[in-house]
Amino acid sequence: MARALISVPARARRGEIVEIKTLISHAMETGHRRNQLGAPIPRDIIRRFVCTYNGAEVFSADLHPAIAANPFIVFSTVATESGTLAFHWTGDNGFSVTESAAIVVE
Amino acid sequence: MDGRVSRRKFLLAAGAGMGLVSAIAVRPARATPEAMQTAIRKVVGSAAVPRGRVKLELPPLSENGHAVPLTVSVESPMTAADHVRAIHIFTEVNPQPDVASFHLGPRAGRARVATRIRLANTQTVVAVCELSDGSFWSDSADVVVTLAACLEEA
Amino acid sequence: MRRICLIVGGLVAAVSAVAGEIPDAQRRSGYEFMSRETRAMQDDDTANPGLLWVLEGEALWSRRAGAAGRACVDCHGEARTSMKGVAARHPAFDAARGRPVSLEQRIGVCRTDRQQAAPLAWESRDLLALTAYVARQSRGLSIQPLIDARTAPFLEAGRAAFHRRQGQLNLACSQCHDDHWGRRLAGNVVPQAHPTGYPLYRLEWQSLGSLQRRLRNCLVGIRAEPYDYGAPELVELELYLMWRARGMPLEAPAVRP
Repeated sequence: MARALISVPARARRGEIVEIKTLISHAMETGHRRNQLGAPIPRDIIRRFVCTYNGAEVFSADLHPAIAANPFIVFSTVATESGTLAFHWTGDNGFSVTESAAIVVE
Repeated sequence: MDGRVSRRKFLLAAGAGMGLVSAIAVRPARATPEAMQTAIRKVVGSAAVPRGRVKLELPPLSENGHAVPLTVSVESPMTAADHVRAIHIFTEVNPQPDVASFHLGPRAGRARVATRIRLANTQTVVAVCELSDGSFWSDSADVVVTLAACLEEA
Repeated sequence: MRRICLIVGGLVAAVSAVAGEIPDAQRRSGYEFMSRETRAMQDDDTANPGLLWVLEGEALWSRRAGAAGRACVDCHGEARTSMKGVAARHPAFDAARGRPVSLEQRIGVCRTDRQQAAPLAWESRDLLALTAYVARQSRGLSIQPLIDARTAPFLEAGRAAFHRRQGQLNLACSQCHDDHWGRRLAGNVVPQAHPTGYPLYRLEWQSLGSLQRRLRNCLVGIRAEPYDYGAPELVELELYLMWRARGMPLEAPAVRP
């Protein structure tokens, strides 16, 4: 059950820089750990995070196993127009989660 | 220890754009610091990577290597003409040197990203930023990582 | 002669008190022993990973389960009101079982008896999520397990366990957590061991976990055989620890190293 927590202001003034915080549930298995029997546990991580603003990409990140479990990413974007901020995480084993938040820009 | 320090200083201070491999005087005992240099070279090519412009913030002492908070920022007007294209994070001692690459642009408004990273042990973390004019800059931070006293059965 | 005995007796009592339980005024939550960064992680609901489990628990609260086809909300309504204070007074006496039960066990009983659903495994994602959601409703409230004639014997059993030397290292909980809190063990500060934040996100686990998981970790640490999840010995110890922390505010879901 993937869950994500997004923090983004609901309203902003045009041109204002808004800070966005994202937190998603994911173990980020590094691929370096071994189980009780000594067999390696295969890598299973989120590899890419993309934020789009009314469809245009405004921020993205390529993630590696050194990103801590339950990846937390804080970034910013300029409030240009009202609309939708979409957040898309993809990774190993077909992992794909999309969340969105509305923003009103006045 | 001395070899590591002189090599790190060379990577970060070189303004002359000299090739890295030829300048190493002391062969490091561990392979991973070399792997970090290779990973950085993959991103910057043969460009110089002087220290400056980008600021990497990490706690000097981390309570647990599983989640170390990191903030990286670059003073930049973030306009179409002058902005930060990307910020890359590397580690020296982790099994793999790459940590993350953050892709920004003028729509970011501010070149500042925060996250939490894993550090396998006490080590140096390096941030390299790429500006819109094609130049690269770097910063580094040393983190002492303490390990938990009472571990669960593995 | 009698006066001298009384004075000596008084001195012995004073020394025992100093070497014994932490005076109320000196009690501090594990929060205060953490670094600035870890405290910031706990304080920010948008950065605290424990909140991910709270969100899942909120969804589970309304999910129908079992042969009875009931969701928690059907009996308990809005958790914000009905669950307020519940985590702060658990472990609580269960009359049907004649002994105190932990919050996880209480949720388990509802699941099997009221929802007639299969029990949730200890430390399973769903059980942790529901526990986190319920505990979150007591955040900020004073820890107040009810100690009366029924629970007193279990409290005493827990107290005895806390002070008993055990394991290959032959250590009692009190030796670290009453006598040497604030000092360092292998680079980590020894806290006073108040369960002010459970269930909590432990950085070492990279996950949310229960107090019983932490107690089992401690037992493994002193090289003692850890009690099974749900064992009465663990519940008695939980009860004693919550009583020892009475009056301190609940921080659930906390973050700890």
